[in-house]
Amino acid sequence: MRIPCPHCGTRGVEEFLYTSDASVTRPQDGGAVPTQEWIDYVYIRDNLKGPRREYWYHNAGCHAWLVVTRNVATHEILSVELP
Amino acid sequence: MSGYRLPTGGLVDRRKLVTFKFDGKSYQGYAGDTLAAALLANGVKLVGRSFKYHRPRGILSAGSEEPNALVELRTGAYREPNTRATMVEIFDGLEAMSQNRFPSLKLDVLAVNNLLSPFFAAGFYYKTFMWPAKFWEKLYEPMIRRAAGLGRAAGLPDPDTYEKSTEFCDVLVIGAGASGIAAARAAAATVRRVILCDEPAALEAANLPENVVFLPRTTVFGVYDGGSYAALERLTDHLPVSSAPRQRLIKIIAGRSVLATGALERPMVFGHNDLPGVMLAGAVATYVTRYGVAPGRNAVLFLNNDDAAALIPILSSAGMQISGIVDSRPESSDEVHRLARQANVPVFAGAVIARALGTLAVRGAEIRLHNGSSLHIACDLIASSGGYNPNVALTSHFDGRPVWDERIASFIPGKLPLGMSAVGKAAGQGLNANIQPHWHSGILPGKSFVDFQNDVTVKDIKLAKQEGFVSVEHLKRYTTLGMATDQGKTANVNALAILAEAAGKTVPETGTTRFRPPYTPVALGALAGAHKGKHFKPTRLAPTHEFSKDQGAIFVEVGLWLRAQYYPRTGEDWLAAATREVRTVREHVGICDVTTLGKIDIQGPDAAKFLERVYTNSWTNLAVGRVRYGLMLREDGMVMDDGTTARLGETHFVMTTTTANAAKVMQHMEFCAQVLWPELDVSFISVTDQWAQIAVAGPDARRVIEKLVDAPFSVSNEAFPYMAAAELTICGGTQARLFRISFSGELAYEIAVPARYGNALAAKLMEAGEAFGIAPYGTEALGIMRIEKGHAAGPELNGQTTAHDLGLSKLLSKKKDFIGRALAARPALTNPARPTLVGLKPVDGVTFLRAGSHLLPVGAPANAANDQGHVTSAARSPSLGYPIALALLVNGPARIGETIRVYDPVRNGDTLAEIVSPVHYDPSGSCLHA
Repeated sequence: MRIPCPHCGTRGVEEFLYTSDASVTRPQDGGAVPTQEWIDYVYIRDNLKGPRREYWYHNAGCHAWLVVTRNVATHEILSVELP
Repeated sequence: MSGYRLPTGGLVDRRKLVTFKFDGKSYQGYAGDTLAAALLANGVKLVGRSFKYHRPRGILSAGSEEPNALVELRTGAYREPNTRATMVEIFDGLEAMSQNRFPSLKLDVLAVNNLLSPFFAAGFYYKTFMWPAKFWEKLYEPMIRRAAGLGRAAGLPDPDTYEKSTEFCDVLVIGAGASGIAAARAAAATVRRVILCDEPAALEAANLPENVVFLPRTTVFGVYDGGSYAALERLTDHLPVSSAPRQRLIKIIAGRSVLATGALERPMVFGHNDLPGVMLAGAVATYVTRYGVAPGRNAVLFLNNDDAAALIPILSSAGMQISGIVDSRPESSDEVHRLARQANVPVFAGAVIARALGTLAVRGAEIRLHNGSSLHIACDLIASSGGYNPNVALTSHFDGRPVWDERIASFIPGKLPLGMSAVGKAAGQGLNANIQPHWHSGILPGKSFVDFQNDVTVKDIKLAKQEGFVSVEHLKRYTTLGMATDQGKTANVNALAILAEAAGKTVPETGTTRFRPPYTPVALGALAGAHKGKHFKPTRLAPTHEFSKDQGAIFVEVGLWLRAQYYPRTGEDWLAAATREVRTVREHVGICDVTTLGKIDIQGPDAAKFLERVYTNSWTNLAVGRVRYGLMLREDGMVMDDGTTARLGETHFVMTTTTANAAKVMQHMEFCAQVLWPELDVSFISVTDQWAQIAVAGPDARRVIEKLVDAPFSVSNEAFPYMAAAELTICGGTQARLFRISFSGELAYEIAVPARYGNALAAKLMEAGEAFGIAPYGTEALGIMRIEKGHAAGPELNGQTTAHDLGLSKLLSKKKDFIGRALAARPALTNPARPTLVGLKPVDGVTFLRAGSHLLPVGAPANAANDQGHVTSAARSPSLGYPIALALLVNGPARIGETIRVYDPVRNGDTLAEIVSPVHYDPSGSCLHA
């Protein structure tokens, strides 16, 4: 797989690290109480075929976090954005 | 003994004689010959024994699809089993051995398996070696492995070297046949860089444009995402053993690719079709035209298509006799009749070869004529052609499913990998003219092989069908068809068709066959490249490494780092050395490299605010010139890391992380800054490698540091108290950072200088401390002292502990959001009944409490239900004079003073310990503030 890093150009996947689903958003409530929203944010993920938004970290490159839209069935990279 | 070298012809270099050995006997060939070509030229037909039945086998093909002619190459550690004689280029001194025979190739006693073959039919192992189950591992499997099998591995470390490279091109052309060369030329006219890979050696110049990089002896074996291709270039396999790299793994990044891999011929399936002397028609043509070798003197051609008829003029112009053309098509074709007439060869239309005759080599063919009568023809070569299969293997590496083309009775590429196009025969163009499939000659006496390498016959396929294995995937697994090292390149389509016939279906109804990478076997050494042994991963040396080496340190691997573990003096073992080092620190002063701890330089107007959010405790109220201990959680509420962070300026902090988590913390902080809070104006960078940092610890530490710092800087307790930090100069102008922090529990400093001064700083400190008995200490002493002080480290920060578990819940601020705050507040994570950090000491005062031991209530049965925690870290405390431990214990802090059983069944440990505070040494912390 090759990922076009907005800073470094297109690089091999071995330079990047996939970490997590980019479709979830951290709750903004200050976190005093472990609400269901927090449980969902940390633990609950959809596992769907097709294009998914994912966080990738360019750890052997510029250290940028990228939001990569990737078809997880075909590995096709559809878009790469900065968060 | 029937093959011979033709007086003229071929592309080999007849001026260069090459001497090689096969099974110990010397032969000669020409430069450019493959081992197969040279053996045929020397009249050698019998090359190996088959996998299961130990049947005599010869050479079937002229390429990498070869299932039969597998040999061991070279000797000793260089020995390589299962190499295809059709791919091996000969050189002076090459030694090749046949495989899977005992005691010799001609007399193989295990050929008795052939007579027992009714027992070795499909699924034989599954049916026979079922019971008793324990016999499988001890008896059946070793027995089967001895009898069945191919070559022997060297059993020694691979002495060859391999390398890797990455190549980029606009267009990758795979295969340098006519279509491939045409495609490369066409592409070169419009793009900047073309790479053309071809599997065999190049025997003639291709005359290519300058922007075409031609890589002969290079097999593209895998197709991957994003236009990535894996190729193996054989650099020195065709040369005597040398120190040069043997093979190169090339990762090719291509804008697009052209598949020009041609087609692989499928053999006709008839009785004894595995006898040496039965060859693919196209391979016979290759041996004559490319190598100038006649594989036999008297050939019979067995075909079902017009392509193979091209062999007729090739053989007759080479002066070889053709005794008959057996054409399974009822009328044969005009083309066959025309060529046969020219060569004056009889055509038997509507006839088939029922079986090959002979024992160790072909002596004749039994032909079943169209009217059902039989005819024997003497011959020493049967050239068979069941038509060609487009070589679609690479197209299916990407979920592509080849599709059946009825017109040519073959599979052609289906959905191609993104950016790939297929040309020529690989695309199913220009092959199998007038083909009428003839899948096999019927069930006759004498085995009809479909998969030569795994010894799968027509009968096996029919039996599998009969037993219900009608899915092609099940068939493969049940009969092992197509599962040998050749991946069934010559077998799969025939097998599918025979299964279809047995099931009364068409081929496309029955299924298709797909291929996985690698296209041909790849040595593991090539995949590893230079990344083996010590070079598997990089080694990081501390900036005081030379100093430690001079001091006689024993080093230990900590992640990628090599750290000084202890510094033994004459007669000391590790424990004696570490004990002395601890005493030196507790009584005098010691130094220890702490560079390996992650150091992150954090700057920006929002730096303090950022730390507030990644650490659980408060940071905005930290004064400039002060250090604070910080705790980080993961978002799930578990402890991620800890360390100290110093505020060097209003907007400037230096964070330390644990050695193990340095990269992880950096990554986490980048996530927080870039993804969660992009509005914060903060930047950071890892400076772990830029600063050499040395801990100076012990009652005399101040007196040592004093000698180094430049005036007027004062390190008095008043001017530079516990948890102070400063930027300063030392040793007459060297830039440095000084932190009064302590991991050992003594009066201590950590002093950082630019990394290049690491060794010099260590030497200066030793000089300054000489009068106080200074000594370097390693990670063992460091570990003992942190256990004495009850500091959590790796064994306690194990990803399953919370702040509460480590007695650090006071550090969880209630006034602000921080990573992990919400989920750390889950009731289960603060339940006092969770295992919580305590100290232990043996009741008898002497028994060592091993880490990993379980904690049980005294008198309770030793079972999982009574398990109340475990010992995480243990040490023999030189400072206290008895063994101590840290442990995670249910309701721990409330039970201080109780006695608990420390149970270690795997190492026969069973003793009693008193539960104490985890801070074994100097609980008031008075030493720190001295």
